[in-house]
Amino acid sequence: MTETTATDLLALHETMTLIRRTEKAAHDLFLSGLVKGTTHLAAGHEAVAVGTRSALQDGDYAFATYRGHHHAIAWGATPEECLAEFMQRSTGLNKAKGGSMHLTKAEAGMLGSYAIVGAHLPIAVGAAWSARLRKTDQVSVAFFGDGATNIGAFHEALNLASVWKLPVLFVCENNFYMEYTPIASVTGVGNPAADRAPSYGIPAEVIDGNDVVAVRDAVARAAGRARAGDGPTVLEAQTYRHYGHSRTDPAKYRPDGELERWLERDPLTVSAGRLREAGTSDDDIKAAEDRAAAVVDQAVAGAKAAPQADLSEAFTDVWADGGAAWRT
Amino acid sequence: MADVTTAQDVVTYRESVAEGIAREMRRDPSVVCLGEDIGAAGGVFKTTVGLFEEFGPERVWDTPISEQAIVGAAMGAAMTGMRPVAEIMFSDFLACCWDYLANEIPKVRYMTGGQVTVPLVIRTANGGGLGFGAQHSQSVENWALTVPGLKIAAPSTPADVVGLMASAIRSDDPVVFFEHKGLFASKGRPAPDGHVVPFGEAAVLRQGADVTLVALASTVPLALTAADRLAAEGIEAEVLDLRCLIPLDVTAVLRSVERTSRLVVVEENPYQGGWGGTVVSVVADEGFELLDAPVKRVAGANVPLPFADALEDQVIPTVDKVVDAVRSLATY
Repeated sequence: MTETTATDLLALHETMTLIRRTEKAAHDLFLSGLVKGTTHLAAGHEAVAVGTRSALQDGDYAFATYRGHHHAIAWGATPEECLAEFMQRSTGLNKAKGGSMHLTKAEAGMLGSYAIVGAHLPIAVGAAWSARLRKTDQVSVAFFGDGATNIGAFHEALNLASVWKLPVLFVCENNFYMEYTPIASVTGVGNPAADRAPSYGIPAEVIDGNDVVAVRDAVARAAGRARAGDGPTVLEAQTYRHYGHSRTDPAKYRPDGELERWLERDPLTVSAGRLREAGTSDDDIKAAEDRAAAVVDQAVAGAKAAPQADLSEAFTDVWADGGAAWRT
Repeated sequence: MADVTTAQDVVTYRESVAEGIAREMRRDPSVVCLGEDIGAAGGVFKTTVGLFEEFGPERVWDTPISEQAIVGAAMGAAMTGMRPVAEIMFSDFLACCWDYLANEIPKVRYMTGGQVTVPLVIRTANGGGLGFGAQHSQSVENWALTVPGLKIAAPSTPADVVGLMASAIRSDDPVVFFEHKGLFASKGRPAPDGHVVPFGEAAVLRQGADVTLVALASTVPLALTAADRLAAEGIEAEVLDLRCLIPLDVTAVLRSVERTSRLVVVEENPYQGGWGGTVVSVVADEGFELLDAPVKRVAGANVPLPFADALEDQVIPTVDKVVDAVRSLATY
């Protein structure tokens, strides 16, 4: 078990607030026409990303999905880099070539957000294989949704990780909806990730994905096993998204009262409650939240002021030499 | 097929695959192999014989029948400091992991704004002529050509297998490496020590003033044989082996057409969407005035590959079809 002091917890609460505020800003900027394309907001999922990162070491790898803003920020991407990316600015995290669905902070080990459901699970397995080949003690985390558990790549990834006993953490963010459809109506088991794990010989836990401390503790246990050479773990973190699937989804399919019940267990409410239990004052909590809000306010202003995407970037970065030449 | 072997033609295309990989594994410890039956079994085509014995289980990894996991894991390893060489047993099976070739591997560098590189090789046994039927005989190099962000090599000789393999494994970009099943038993000169064939350099294998034959992999010996037969009729064909599709050496094609003013492309993949279409479109655009006749494409027919030898011959390029195409241009 990782000890979590009140100071640690306050830092986690601040990072989760930073993510929540960034998501709200992204939502508002979309409504004002400054963000185009699509966004898949992670408000409600913050504790999974932040709790996971807090239990890992620098250099550990993360692979995320198109709903990946929270993972990027948890791994050190700044709100301004992210918002600038959404707003197609040259200062964007991916130079405005990726967008909301592909946030990446490679220098921090956050090796991409992938928008083909389930595709990144085998890639995360490969990074874990590489860590073993290079004899480092790095672990590799694949974050994915409940919907990804029904695609072939999920099953191929779990099997290979198991037979090669690789240091991978498969972290499912089960928000109970596969896009617009309840996951229970399209899945043959009750816990879409955790119930599949035993068939691959992988231990699994179902955890409270809205409690950052519960996530942190479970990830610490799984990472410990991985670093000890005991192979992969599946963690199924139950959580809930506050917005719809994507920008165009008002989430009308959700039964009355469901969102409200989940909002009572909002990860920020849960962490604030834990902070108070640990003796942190309301003033200190508010100060942390205000700091996060100020960072995001500044990020919005900074991103708005940044220049639009550099047109020459359309023809860079295809190849490792920086260029795009395909012929002589 | 060109069957004029000499005393110097002592190594097979098949064993040159393992030789090319082994040379790179000796010089670079970050090179690792993975695939189905590639370890102690030496590969179903015996193209990895000796690697497991020389380099051991930490560098030569047998996998489950799990193409997405093979290519996905290769990608993750390539992004984190390794140089994986992944085998997909038959190129038809690339369809099982096509997401990685179409959406993941070629795009991740670009869409992250250059934050990552993917130095990997996907090797695969390609092509027909062996009677394996519709799901084990296709020439699918044109599939890879549809996706910007993949480099594509397809050697025709044992020495080129070694030289192009060196370039492929040393490349910081992802490479799809097509090994032609019909060439595995063919023999040629061994590659000299340190042999490296740079990508994007076509080879002029035969000079001629009357017509340019552009070929790749299996169609290279076929074009050379056709050229011998045409020479007996007084038609001198120049034969170009492209060796790579990306980068595509269209400069070499244009230079040759400048000399010959006639062009026949010989490609095993289907006419519909085949790589010859890209080659001739460049020639039409940039070399229109060099031409004295229409261009011809001798390509696979637009049907699934049939099983029976006689039927297969009907639908893939043959020497007769190349000779006929050239004759039709000579009288134009």
